[in-house]
Amino acid sequence: MRRSLPFLWIAFLASVPLWLGDPYFLHVLITTGIFTIAAMSLNLLLGYTGQLSLGHVAFFGIGAYTSALTSLGFDVNIFGLRIVHEPWPVVIGFVMGIVVAGLCGYAIGKLSFKVRGAYFVIVTISFAEVTRLVALNWVELTQGPLALNNIPPFTVSFPGLGEHTLWGKVPNYYVMLVVAVLAYAVIARLVRSRIGRAMIALRENEPLATSVGIDVTRFLVLAAVVSAGIAGAAGGLYAHFVRIIDPDIFLFIYTVTMVIMVVTGGKGTLAGPIVGGLIFGILPVFLRAYASPVAQWIIYGVLMILIVFFLPRGIVPAVRAWWENRMGAAAVERTGAPIERAGADAHS
Amino acid sequence: MIAPPSSAHAALSIEHVSAHFGGLTAIADMTFTVDDGELVSLIGPNGAGKTTAFNVITGFLKPTQGEVRYRGISLSGLKSHEVANLGLVRTFQKTSVFGANTVFDNVLIGVHRHGTSSVWGTLLALPRVREEERRLREEAWEILDFVGLAKRAGELGGALPYGDQRLLEVAVALAARPTLLLLDEPVSGMNASETISFINLLGKIRQRGVTVLLVEHDMHLVMNVSDRVVVLNYGKIIAEGAPAEIQRNPEVVRAYLGQGVKRA
Amino acid sequence: MHGPFSASTELDQLLQHIVNALMLGGTYALLGIGLTLIFGIMRVVNFTHGELYAFGGYMIFFLTSAVGVNFYVALVAAMALGVVLGALIELVLLRPMRGADIDTTMLIMIGCWIVLQNTEQMMWGGVAKSIVSPLTTEPLTIGPVSVAWLRVFVFGIAALLIVGTYALIHRTKLGKAMRATFQDRDTAALMGVNVNAINTATFAIGSGLAAAAGALLGAVFVVTPTMGDLAALKAFAIVILGGLGSIKGATIGGFILAFVEELGAGYISSGYRDAMGFLLIIVVLLFKPTGLFARAERIG
Repeated sequence: MRRSLPFLWIAFLASVPLWLGDPYFLHVLITTGIFTIAAMSLNLLLGYTGQLSLGHVAFFGIGAYTSALTSLGFDVNIFGLRIVHEPWPVVIGFVMGIVVAGLCGYAIGKLSFKVRGAYFVIVTISFAEVTRLVALNWVELTQGPLALNNIPPFTVSFPGLGEHTLWGKVPNYYVMLVVAVLAYAVIARLVRSRIGRAMIALRENEPLATSVGIDVTRFLVLAAVVSAGIAGAAGGLYAHFVRIIDPDIFLFIYTVTMVIMVVTGGKGTLAGPIVGGLIFGILPVFLRAYASPVAQWIIYGVLMILIVFFLPRGIVPAVRAWWENRMGAAAVERTGAPIERAGADAHS
Repeated sequence: MIAPPSSAHAALSIEHVSAHFGGLTAIADMTFTVDDGELVSLIGPNGAGKTTAFNVITGFLKPTQGEVRYRGISLSGLKSHEVANLGLVRTFQKTSVFGANTVFDNVLIGVHRHGTSSVWGTLLALPRVREEERRLREEAWEILDFVGLAKRAGELGGALPYGDQRLLEVAVALAARPTLLLLDEPVSGMNASETISFINLLGKIRQRGVTVLLVEHDMHLVMNVSDRVVVLNYGKIIAEGAPAEIQRNPEVVRAYLGQGVKRA
Repeated sequence: MHGPFSASTELDQLLQHIVNALMLGGTYALLGIGLTLIFGIMRVVNFTHGELYAFGGYMIFFLTSAVGVNFYVALVAAMALGVVLGALIELVLLRPMRGADIDTTMLIMIGCWIVLQNTEQMMWGGVAKSIVSPLTTEPLTIGPVSVAWLRVFVFGIAALLIVGTYALIHRTKLGKAMRATFQDRDTAALMGVNVNAINTATFAIGSGLAAAAGALLGAVFVVTPTMGDLAALKAFAIVILGGLGSIKGATIGGFILAFVEELGAGYISSGYRDAMGFLLIIVVLLFKPTGLFARAERIG
């Protein structure tokens, strides 16, 4: 039963476009999914290694711009050197977006070893602001505030069936879902492994972790690279779905949105960012009839404060604790180590 | 399970090590050795520099002067995780476990350095990686059985009674499979019966061929288990020798007078 | 630019940039001191700081335009209201969370920042507001350099407030208690310092300084709901440059940032004016992770 549960979830999510008639709502679900992927990636850094990166939107934006520019092509002049890039297929752009975002993650991860705590937070914010200002001012490459328009949508090609361009919402929903499932699988595999345990160990007690031979730099950098790469993938999805991006994609408020999703759902849990992502992705649909966007933001802010006050660990851990309490089960099932005693009898 | 010692002489040598904090001298020109398979205790009044010595040996602190060698390899400039990977594993004076993780997970984190799984192998869940994971889990259970914490495997590290937390610390360190184990006041806070079972455990650890460097205030324990005792006072070594000699050494007695020798 | 006068023209330009930077630096220092006080004493990364700055701008706008209060009175009132709002935030949001880790309080401050900013947007809309000052628009001209009288006034008030804050910290009983709390809050509490009261006072003073900076710069430029965002980020930059918790560092950091921005905008690219500060942070932290003037932050 437990093993098939993820597949049931995927089957349910895959069935959504079949019975959901409202295209607006499907649109909301796609953007919600994209931001949930970004929140999942943030959770790897924030939840598992305990590094609060408040510049996460930079990786999202870098992924979006890289993917868009690779597939649109560009013609720029850098210090007299003219660089012309012909448009490439969207899929290659998407992969490039992940790679470039991952490289930036590598740089930030290296930095996080030098500067920690409040300093790290501010360095990451600064990094995101610099990327925003570059996107705004390097008009030749990015069109600046005029935005990159007409970004091509995803194309898929099957052998023998030719190439298809994904214009509609339903195919884009499935592309998002595939990326989301892959991202979830990558994160889940990592955090439930020896590698993930090392990250958790660093978060919980760094001196003790290093004393048993865990290399801080290696695992922080690894977490940052994977996290940035997945955020870049989310950015690429966004660019080719919405098909227009401008420098506002780098605004601090989007990082804050991701942080709210992760913290509300429960940082350091696999389900947390998904729960948080769904709540804050879909909430606007219900709120828009009653509240202006500005009022919605006020509601989010208040919710964030209330959650930190009353559910500091987030919804998922709170629900889990309540459930275990009710069922009288011991709190054994934790990330990375389901206590299943292999060959217990042989030992005792 | 635990690697046997390779040679029978000076495994760890501390050579003319000094450590200063600002104007304060924590250790001054400290020189001593620990042989393979030996149990050496480092004692001295509070503030004598024992924990600083541990920090220097395990790469948590850079010495101002001098060098530490382990089996001929200089530890200068090594980071603490690199020192651990040479087989030197320490515990901490203040109880230090992964409080939010289960006892089992604590030990599973401890076995980290016997794994070699790569990121790609992990992501693809290669058979090799799954086999390794199974092996690491078995090792963790073996360690828990060894220290006698197996029945508490599912409890949170931070929720254990104090004595058991100290035991868990030792388990985490043992999980890293040290050839030299550095214990920083392991029985402080333990009651009498816990201390006695800890002495038994120490014997079992030594049977595995693990060399031990011990910092401890409990003189009864120190005199019982040590092969050799090194006495520090104000950062300087004032005496060194077998427990019986140390107990008779007038300078040691003087250093401890007023401190109140603890004789349990 | 050409001909025999080009050298002196360039020198004049440089002088003008330096004067502009000095005028701006005073307000930046004010902004940084408030933030660094709060961080140093309370260990709170205060994301509402930029909103208190915007609040100051809106208060002086509201009082002068809608209520019709005299500009100078409105300036003092804006600062006083900033003190009150800061004290309220501390009492309602931070005091119950005392002892929580730095990330938790940071999240609360982010939530509060969102609420404040959007409330401002709701009340005054997204359109920029300008404040009418009673000072003459005729600039003060000394040799080749000219500067608006308003900017001179703003610099004077900022300098006054900086000196006032120094005096408060070093000459008063409250300042002594604040310094003791900064050194070691547990020991300070044992010595009979009311740490709760110190926290409230610190947050209120820091907020008042931010509101003053906002009111002053709001009068020079315009007031918008998002003016606080960049201000908060710049305040962080200033504080990082000077080293978290160092008042002297924040003062110098404010001037450094103003100089880097002004000269960067003048000689490199005006579009990247606001990016200069952030690049500076990244570079400084790469080479001196604790900032230019502070002791190392204790980690772990």
